[in-house]
Amino acid sequence: MLDLDLSFVTLELMRKFILQGFVFSVQLTVVASLGGLVIGTLLAICRLSGWKTLAALSAFYVNTMRSIPLVMVILWFYLLIPLLTGHSIGVEFSAYFTFVAFEAAYFSEIMRAGISSVSPGQKNAALALGLTPAQSLQQVILPQAFRNMLPVIFTQTIVLFQDTSLVYAIGAYDLLKGFVTAGKIYGRPEEAYLLAAVIYFALSWAASWGVKRLETRIAIVR
Amino acid sequence: MHWDWQIFLSDDGGGRTYLEWMLQAWGWTLAVALSAWCVAVSVGTLVGVLRTLRSSPWISRLALAWVELFRNIPLLVQVFLWYFVLPKLWPAMQQFPSFWLVALALGLFTSARIAEQFRAGIESIKSGQTQAALALGMTRAQMYQFVLMPVALRVILPPLTSESMNLLKNSSIAFAVSVPELTMFAMQAQEETSRGIEIYLAVTLLYAVSAFAVNRLFALLEKRLRLPMAGGEGGARTPGAAPMATPLGLGH
Repeated sequence: MLDLDLSFVTLELMRKFILQGFVFSVQLTVVASLGGLVIGTLLAICRLSGWKTLAALSAFYVNTMRSIPLVMVILWFYLLIPLLTGHSIGVEFSAYFTFVAFEAAYFSEIMRAGISSVSPGQKNAALALGLTPAQSLQQVILPQAFRNMLPVIFTQTIVLFQDTSLVYAIGAYDLLKGFVTAGKIYGRPEEAYLLAAVIYFALSWAASWGVKRLETRIAIVR
Repeated sequence: MHWDWQIFLSDDGGGRTYLEWMLQAWGWTLAVALSAWCVAVSVGTLVGVLRTLRSSPWISRLALAWVELFRNIPLLVQVFLWYFVLPKLWPAMQQFPSFWLVALALGLFTSARIAEQFRAGIESIKSGQTQAALALGMTRAQMYQFVLMPVALRVILPPLTSESMNLLKNSSIAFAVSVPELTMFAMQAQEETSRGIEIYLAVTLLYAVSAFAVNRLFALLEKRLRLPMAGGEGGARTPGAAPMATPLGLGH
């Protein structure tokens, strides 16, 4: 039977081992979701632009990313960035680039669905009012697409937060690594893994609950 | 840079070529994914059905707890729990090879997602179907077996396809507990040979091919199970085009 001893968990341990990892995990999540959303939206616009080469390129990028396991993408970037730039940029920066590039593919599919969910009448009306195509996209279509997709975007961000734990593959110091390190140093690995699970669960569960509330709040009666 | 594909024919120091090693690793990846898939679909179907039982709220709440538990902990952490923590809790599990632990972890992780798809699939069925089944004198079990599940199965095939592809990709997590699958091969062979690009390209290609094969298999299944009168491609738009072979189109 497992006799748990959580006495090693103190504020000092939290400050020394966990906080740094937690901050990195959150930063990675925020950077990757914002960067991924911006690039993903651009990819979606390219895909729907009606410009064949551009649409094909965007589709190729998105489909390739989505058919490779995230761990392999992490390994790829970690291998390729030093080869291409000539110097090593460290595991943390490598993780930022990887996750932005990877999430862009997923956010692009979300935004594509979002843009398609806006009825074509909206675009026609915007053009009829004298807006340029760029203006109609920026001021009429995209705001509605974002609003329609907001719950999905947040849900994807929660998945992304959980996926950041995969930087384990290149040894970056994230929330999980913080727990693993603390568990090793104090000789209490089982408790450390359990605590990590509890913390991830609490954060993700609370966030999903928030998304559910948001969903009912922003729902538009049509 | 120049390519060196010869690397796959060179010996890895253990009497096999890197190509042989990679193919063995591919076999491990497929084995992990397939075993996990069996766990995921059986448990996911069960939990999904339990989620829809309005008559017993406690069972449905328990099923919800199952979904929330397995959905809100990162897969890697779950794998570590199975590998490091549970064997301490239950010593008999120390005999389990890491292959089975990863298959269980990945399978149960995915079961939560499949359960949600099944629940949504069952709930999407019009209540008239349930009422008709009950009015005909069917028991709840019969209603699920003959009315709800055959419809729900067809509804969830597209999301189940992408979830199965996800599962295949997620099997790469097995590297963390040293199952000798493709990602593990990629990491080790890259280090030994310093021909990372060739190794990674080959591994990535194998993952993509496997995911594509899963996609095609499901497309085939979807085609076979499609009801002649149902909506979707070539269904409702061309009524009568496909002959109504058997009542449910299942009689092959």
